[in-house]
Amino acid sequence: MSTPETTQTGRGSGGGVLKDEGSDSLERLGPSGQVLKVAGDQAVGAVGWLEERVGISPVVRGALYRKVPKGINWFYTLGSATMFAFLIQAITGVFLAMFYEPSPTRAYESVQYINNEVFLGQFVHGMHRWGSSVMVILVFVHMARTFFFGSYKYPRELNWLTGVVLLVLTLAMALTGYLLPFDQRSFWATTVAVNINGTGPFVGPYLADFLRAGAEISATTITRFYAIHMLLVPGAIAALIGIHLHLVMKLGISAPPWLKAKMPRQVVEEEVDGA
Amino acid sequence: MAAGGLFGVAVGVPVIGFALSPVFKRAKPSWQTVGKITDFNDRTFVAKEITIEKGVGLAGKSTVYIRKSNPKIDPPGGMEYIAVSTRCTHMGCPVSYVQGSERFVCPCHGGVYDLLGQRVGGPPVRPLDRFNTQVVGDMLQVGDRFSLNSHFQRFSPRDPGAPLNGLWEYVYPRRFTTPSIHQ
Repeated sequence: MSTPETTQTGRGSGGGVLKDEGSDSLERLGPSGQVLKVAGDQAVGAVGWLEERVGISPVVRGALYRKVPKGINWFYTLGSATMFAFLIQAITGVFLAMFYEPSPTRAYESVQYINNEVFLGQFVHGMHRWGSSVMVILVFVHMARTFFFGSYKYPRELNWLTGVVLLVLTLAMALTGYLLPFDQRSFWATTVAVNINGTGPFVGPYLADFLRAGAEISATTITRFYAIHMLLVPGAIAALIGIHLHLVMKLGISAPPWLKAKMPRQVVEEEVDGA
Repeated sequence: MAAGGLFGVAVGVPVIGFALSPVFKRAKPSWQTVGKITDFNDRTFVAKEITIEKGVGLAGKSTVYIRKSNPKIDPPGGMEYIAVSTRCTHMGCPVSYVQGSERFVCPCHGGVYDLLGQRVGGPPVRPLDRFNTQVVGDMLQVGDRFSLNSHFQRFSPRDPGAPLNGLWEYVYPRRFTTPSIHQ
């Protein structure tokens, strides 16, 4: 921290010197002599301590204080809602994974244990299972909003593409997670789903064998579905959500289609002359 | 860059191999005893429980309906004892035999099969699968599954939803994981 000619008037600590000696304004100078306008820039307290060492404040400020277009409405919250549902699934899933045993002889009993013996086990299990329905519904409604508002158009095509992959991954989560409780409904629903996959021409039988890890549902089927459900697909979803959000922040939110931006008159006249 | 490619192959091949290996694992033929041959008759089906997948407890068990072959209704050249699988050939739900109507009925989408396992109603695409049977002493043994087309020709087992008439057997080829019907 540089010490200028003017002496400090002893006003508070942890910041730069006052810009105008003796003034009542709270403007201070930072380490490299720049004017510090926002309180967060000044090294005040624990947050300031952290900020001086990490320097993430501009990123957070950029994310939270993004410009949004006129006409923004509640439909635009659906994307965040979907991500929130995913986070709920991830967190409840972690706690369920602490008790669940992915073996054909132990799976059903471990789920019974979660429901009956674990403190709030039935609640967490319920959140996870209803949360999956919530997430699938929100994904579709968010997709519908994006479609009907034309938000997939240039330059947001990649957003749409990553979103479609996220939709398919979400449905894959729903399919693989459905087998894990291994009760009658899980078993037969998975049987039917894998057999539907098997009706694809030429590769169908091998695809069904790949999903089931064999000709019948067996121990390796459950562990396969569990690995996909816990590790493979959530990792892919997290990575794609990161790309999806980065694109949203970089490209900005699109305005609702009923608001047309007006071109300034001058620009229009220049275009006509230049044509 | 070459090193990166080499490393990618060194990690990728075992990993992909892990994931794909069950598709290529050959199954071995197996037999299990289900009862005395005097338990079965040629007029109606008797239900027995068999294990179709070992090591998974109840999830690996299934019901099989067994009867003696009846020259009046069965085409010639078939097996002496007919063991019909309960796996519906539409999507795989378990069918049950209704004694009074002499039909197998699937609860899922209404598939109906007759005494031969031939489809007589609903969405199924081929007759019910059967199991190999053999008589050892005075005991009946049930072996591996096989599939039929609507002319009752035998094929190695296919998944539900796969028709087998005409060229369909090439659209849904036989798999590595099921034993060959030619033993």
